[in-house]
Formats: sequence, structure tokens, C-alpha cells
Amino acid sequence: MNIINIEHIAKIYQVGTEEVHALRDVSLRIDKNEYVAIMGPSGSGKSTLMNMLGCLDTPTSGIYQFNSINVSEMTDNDLAMIRNKEIGFVFQTFNLLARSDAVHNVELPLIYAGISYRERRERAQQALIDVGLQDRMHHKPNELSGGQRQRVAIARALVTNPSIILADEPTGNLDSKTGEEIMVLFADIHSKGNTIILVTHEEYIAEHAARIIRLKDGLVEADEKVKKFKAN
Amino acid sequence: MRTILFELKEGLMIALRAIRANKIRSSLTMLGIFIGITVVVTMSTAIKGIDNSFQDGISSLGSDVIYVDKFAWFTNVEWWKIRNRRNIEMADFEKFKQSAKLPLAVAPVINTFQTVKFGEKRVETINVNGSNADYVQTTNFTFEQGRFYSEVESNASRQVAVIGSEIAKKLFPRGDALDKTIKIGAANFKVVGILSEQGSFLLGPWNPDNQVFIPIGTIYKNFVARSRGTVTINIRAQNPALLEETKAEAIGVMRKIRGLSYDQEDDFSVNQQEGLTDSYNSIVGVIQIAGLFITGLSLFVGAIGIMNIMFVSVRERTKEIGLRKAIGAKKRTILSQFLMESSLICLVGGFFGLLAAILLSMLINQFIPTAIQVDAVIIAIVVSLITGIVSGLAPAYTAAKMDPVEALRYE
Repeated sequence: MNIINIEHIAKIYQVGTEEVHALRDVSLRIDKNEYVAIMGPSGSGKSTLMNMLGCLDTPTSGIYQFNSINVSEMTDNDLAMIRNKEIGFVFQTFNLLARSDAVHNVELPLIYAGISYRERRERAQQALIDVGLQDRMHHKPNELSGGQRQRVAIARALVTNPSIILADEPTGNLDSKTGEEIMVLFADIHSKGNTIILVTHEEYIAEHAARIIRLKDGLVEADEKVKKFKAN
Repeated sequence: MRTILFELKEGLMIALRAIRANKIRSSLTMLGIFIGITVVVTMSTAIKGIDNSFQDGISSLGSDVIYVDKFAWFTNVEWWKIRNRRNIEMADFEKFKQSAKLPLAVAPVINTFQTVKFGEKRVETINVNGSNADYVQTTNFTFEQGRFYSEVESNASRQVAVIGSEIAKKLFPRGDALDKTIKIGAANFKVVGILSEQGSFLLGPWNPDNQVFIPIGTIYKNFVARSRGTVTINIRAQNPALLEETKAEAIGVMRKIRGLSYDQEDDFSVNQQEGLTDSYNSIVGVIQIAGLFITGLSLFVGAIGIMNIMFVSVRERTKEIGLRKAIGAKKRTILSQFLMESSLICLVGGFFGLLAAILLSMLINQFIPTAIQVDAVIIAIVVSLITGIVSGLAPAYTAAKMDPVEALRYE
């Protein structure tokens, strides 16, 4: 089943008097339960593509179909709703609310979805249990290690049962051992049926995925399956 | 409708968290509104208190009484024009009483300032009022104990006195003034009546609470030579509707008594409570406007402070705003979150300001009367809310408009 269908997407930015072609002509398809890594050097347009995929930005031209709905020309409010319900973000810098505990951080998307207090508390707690943080529910981020913080962020991404998990350099701020633990967690999440899109510039991180899309200068340079990939 | 309520409630919760997360900053922000509201409310209670006091004092003067006097209470006529006016004599009064038909009651009044003593206690510079038994009919006096002096006592110039409530309190703290003998100046007077609290501090020496009332003959006997003092004629109209006619008649009668020809101006003045009210209103009007301006200014300064802090707060939470937007917060959600934050800070600050104002009013009440009223409370709340919304609007809008991608990149 086709979740993401991008056809001839381009994104042009105005920087002063200059025009920057962040994406020139990108087309791709991502199906349900795929595990995709998007790679590329600086300036390749991978951040821009990620913002497109995450419905944080709209293309200058081309069509982006998400779950068969054309989101390329949606209003800000509609995009916000799609992000809320369908997309789970995981950031390199975690982006947790520093002065709230783990449960409140995880329930945040559910608040914006209009879920009642009792239900969202339950779901948030369950999500934290699913990532192995049942003993840290009421800890604040500064009481958690880097790996634990990222787990909270992942729990937050999962709590809305999104169509895709979008992770931007999820291990970038973690040491290699903790990073590996997080990648194991992603593998687990993938095996449960989730669709994961990983954006990274590290080859060994990308190789955890089943498919690597390489960008260069705003175009897709390569799109290949990872031979070493083993599904859990 | 349900979603709006839900969003409001959640926005409120988020706002509360944000305020609690930064207690010091929130408290300092509140300070501006706190001071502003304290000042506004205290000022309005003081003005209201003075107003009430004035109304009380005025009513003790009676709105249906006019006073024929040598000079006017308030005048912008040049002093040199009027300084040669003749005194009003008792003889003038006698003639007036005979001729005027409209008044309900008339009485002559002459004043002197004396020290009043009882035993070891004394009160200085007391306005001693000398008149006849009819005087009480030109007032609205009520009695705590005893009575006014009678016509017999007045005609015989008996040395009897009626004292005001403040005099009674000061000379007779145990409340046993009746039938005692006090010394007015060097003369002995027996107390036959004590007035209940009548007037207002605003009337100064003419506050009946601080006056002593004795028969006019005793004034001439003990304090003032007949030739020197001028007599005021108190005139009470039958009812307020007839006041103007009574006044017109009085002027006519006086002019005849004084032998004025038709082209000569009055060489006396007719005063009435209305004049006092007009003067009071104009003075208080100015005070109110000045007060409103100053307090409004302090609120304005407070509001600017809040706007400033909110901008800083928004800037500081750029990443957080980006995150919230990324996980699905709409523009209006972010807008209402920050608006509620500033409104809440202002409401809490305003509430404490109100408390402080009430405490302050109670404190000041010892010196100036204050009156705490429901509408002051409502104004305080409404003003706080509006200030919160207005000063939070620009910062909240800035937050709502942020591009989530850029916000997330912010360092």
C-alpha cells in the first residue's frame, strides 16, 4: 500500500536576490512498513526533502500525495492536522519540553488531537512502557540520559499511531553504544508494522534500513535496497 | 463548541505550566500590573470615600437652606469692591423676620472661635455658633442625647450649650456630657444637648460635629461686641421646590432693609449648598482626571513591561514553538497559548493588586475616608484582563506566525 507518492517535486527558496534550488526534480514512492534511509551531503536537499515528507513545508511545484491525499497545496492548519495524526517526528536534538515530565512530553500530540485527559494519559504511559521507560515516567528530561531522552521522543512519535516515523539524525547526539540501542529500538518498531524514514549522513546508520535513497544537488542519485538488511 | 472549550482549557493548562516553570520571571512581570491596579483601585476608593463624606456633610447643611451673609462663600468679584460692605445687624434680622413670608424658619447666626474646656480636657479653636431656638429648624440635626436650647432659654440668654459629637467624644470620653458644665472661653455653660454624628471632615470648622451651639445673646455678652460681629441669616425654605422663590424674596427683602435703590448692586450675598457642590465638583473633577491620568500611565508602563517580557519569552521558546507546531499545534493554538499566559499573569497580578489596594484603603481610611465598592473590583478585573490581552497580542502573534522549520533550527 502506497503511503507516500512524490512526483516531480521542486523547491526553490528566495535568499535575498538569489534563487536557491534546494530540490530540482524528485520523484519517489514509499510503501507501508518500508524502512527507508535518505542520505546525502550538505546542500543535497535532504533536509528540504525531509521537511516536505513531514508536511512541514510545501513544494514549489510537483505533487505530494500522502495516503492518496494531495497535500502539496494544503493550508497551514490542515498540514498541522496531518502532522499531528499521521507523522511521528524524532529529532537529533530530541526537542523535549525541558520543564515537563516524560508523560506530559509524550501526551503532547494527543492534547493537540483533542484526546481526553484519561485516554491520553493511558496511551502516553503505554507508549513509554513500549520503549522501556516504565520506571522513568515522571522524570524530567534533565533527569534522563541522552538515550532515555531519545526514547521519550520516540514514544511521543509513536503515541498517535502515525502513518510514518520521520527520524532526523536520531543518533547524532548520542554515543555509539547508545546510538546502537536506539537503532535496535527502531528495528523493533519497524517489525511491529510501522513505516520508518531515516535521514542521516552516516553510512553505518543508513545501513540499518532496508532501502537507501541518495540525494545530490537536489536530485535522486541512487535508490537501492540494502543487501545486508534482515527484518526482525 | 466542545472543541473550543477543550482548546481553551488545554491552553490554560499549558499557560499555567509555562508560568510556573519560570516563577521569578512571571512574578516580576506581574509586578507591573500589581502596582498599576493597586494605584488605580486605591485612588478610586479614596475618591469615592471623599465623595461619600462630602455628600454626608452636604446633607447636614440641607439643600433647602440659604444663607444671607456679608460675603459670598466663593467669589471672583474683586476684593476692593466688596470690602466696604456693611455688617448685617440683629436689627436687620428682626426686620427680615417680620417681612419675609415664604421661609419655614429663619435664624440669626454669629460665630466666634473659642477654647472649650471640661476639667483637665480642652479643645482649641472651636467654632462657637450663636443663634436662637429657631436655628435647629434650619438644620437637619439629630440628637444623641438631650435637646436644643429652647426659646425661653434663648430669649433669656441663658448660658446653656449644645455640643457636637466630636466635642463630646473629646471632652467626655465616657459619654456623660449631659447636664455637665463646660467652660467656653472664660464663661460657664451647661450642656443640654449632644448631637449625633452629622457632618464631614470636609466642612472643616463648619462641621457640626466640631461645633458648640449657644444662644446668640450669650455671644454678645461674653465674646463679641454687638457693633463688631456680622450676623448671618439662615433661611429654610418650606420645601426644595420653593427654594428659588424663597431666595428671590429674601434678596428683595434685604435690599429694602438695606435701603438700596434699583441701580445699586446687592451689598450682601446669598449662599447655598449648591455653590459648595459646584465648587466641590470642579475641584474633584480635576483631581479625578489627574488621578486617572497618572494611574492610567502606571498601568500603561506595566503593560509595556509585560509586552517586553512576553517578546523575550517567545524568542526564548522558539524551538519549543517549532516543536509544538511540528507535532500538530495550529496557529490559533499557539496564539491562544501565549495570550492566555499574558492574560493569566495580568489577572493574578491584578488580583494581588486588588488585595493590596483593599489593605491600603483600610490603612488610609484613618486619614482620608475610603469606600471599597463592587464596581472598583470589577474594573480591576476587567482592566487586568484587557491589559493582558492587549500587551500579549503582538508577542503571541509573532509566536503563531513562526515557520516551524526555521523555529526548529533556531539556536
